[in-house]
Amino acid sequence: MADAKILEKISAIITPINRKGVALTGATSFAVDLEFDSLTVMDMVADIEDEFDIILPLNLLPDLETIQHLVDAVEKILSES
Amino acid sequence: MDLFDKFDGVAALHASLPFKDVDPFKVVMDKILSETVAVINGRETIMAGTNNYMGMTFNEEAMEAAKAAIDAYGTGTTGSRVLNGTYGIHKELEATLCEFYDTEHCMVFSTGYQATLGLVSALGGKDDYIIIDADCHASIYDGCSMSNATIVRFKHNDVENMERRLKRIPEGANKLVVVEGMYSMLGDAAPLKEMLEVAKKYGCMTLVDEAHSMGFCGEKGRGIAEELGVEHLADIVVGTFSKSVGTVGGFAVSNHPKFDILRFVCRPYIFTASLPPSVIASATAAIKAISRSGNRRAHLWENARRLHAGLKSAGFDMCTNTAESPIVAVHLPDPDVGTRFWEQLLEEGVYANMAAPPATPSGVFLMRVSVCAQHTTDQIDEIIKRFKVTAEKVALELRNT
Repeated sequence: MADAKILEKISAIITPINRKGVALTGATSFAVDLEFDSLTVMDMVADIEDEFDIILPLNLLPDLETIQHLVDAVEKILSES
Repeated sequence: MDLFDKFDGVAALHASLPFKDVDPFKVVMDKILSETVAVINGRETIMAGTNNYMGMTFNEEAMEAAKAAIDAYGTGTTGSRVLNGTYGIHKELEATLCEFYDTEHCMVFSTGYQATLGLVSALGGKDDYIIIDADCHASIYDGCSMSNATIVRFKHNDVENMERRLKRIPEGANKLVVVEGMYSMLGDAAPLKEMLEVAKKYGCMTLVDEAHSMGFCGEKGRGIAEELGVEHLADIVVGTFSKSVGTVGGFAVSNHPKFDILRFVCRPYIFTASLPPSVIASATAAIKAISRSGNRRAHLWENARRLHAGLKSAGFDMCTNTAESPIVAVHLPDPDVGTRFWEQLLEEGVYANMAAPPATPSGVFLMRVSVCAQHTTDQIDEIIKRFKVTAEKVALELRNT
């Protein structure tokens, strides 16, 4: 799946919880820009898992600081499966 | 830059709590008068947030056993379980738990935290998968962090969500499903039968943490797995002595033929001193007392149902529809009301737990009460009454009933 398509799907998942209305780009960070706490991130990741039918292990979370990190991780998992 | 700067957010959050005199997270108990009454700031206070479900902290047999153990063995073992820290009484406690749970094997740990931490971290090897409920206790999350496994988290108490994830795990991988019998913050029980059946369908090993259900669930007080008749589907049960058993410590029981090897690989078991003789002796006595405490169990459930019904009819926003456990929690709208409610309730002479994120699921604020089998009906009615008075004083809107 192409990056753009993955980004689009991930953005659609983030939009309803983007309470501050931050513009969503690859560089948008979950902690600083979106002010998500760890629980919010974990719940978001669960939605992404279901959207792409993949496992996104909790172990990866510390490395996923921005939307682009997440897109890359999803792409990598999809290409390996 | 300072290493402590990273905690500034936590400090700011704590500083923003609008308490007047008493910090909810720094309460000091001046005197402990009984299982259910303490003196806090000079005031006699009904203790309604102690997890002392079975009221074993002042059980006479347990206290006598603890005193006798100090006379016989001294105040501490000063050693690891695998060095000089295993006394005859430690083995006796493990045998008592094997008998209580009707299992072949038992390991006693120095805390309940270490029991789950140790089991989860030791079992989760590099190519293994650990599948956990999202609302699992911090000790389970920490065990996951310490393990080398791949961690998969499913939506709280959602069997379908869990199964969807189990399906995605590569075939042939070793899998450990970790759930709790009762969840400590909201007091909600797990649909354990369905969960364990699905876990077994996918060939998973199962670990059930019965910390908040041992003592009062099931005919013998073993926990939710016993109550639901699914103990045969739980490969490992973990529990604690710091709640129903009235002291401190943790344990794991299992019928797995290789279970005992964990004594050599489980770091939180090895690299700490074993429990002191007094604790071991009181735990052994309390577990024996619990197994013949049918009446106490019945009264505990009466208390839980009475409190739940009373708060519900007063219009509080209950976390569970019915009393699923001795934990009765109500939602509060925000940290401001939550803190003021907690402090006013204390002023009225009731200690409950103020629970806030990250200890609570989904960022909710709770006033959490845990009832004790030794609470009298009058005390339960007092708690309800004082909750109502407090709501009025802090202008918490209750639902019309």
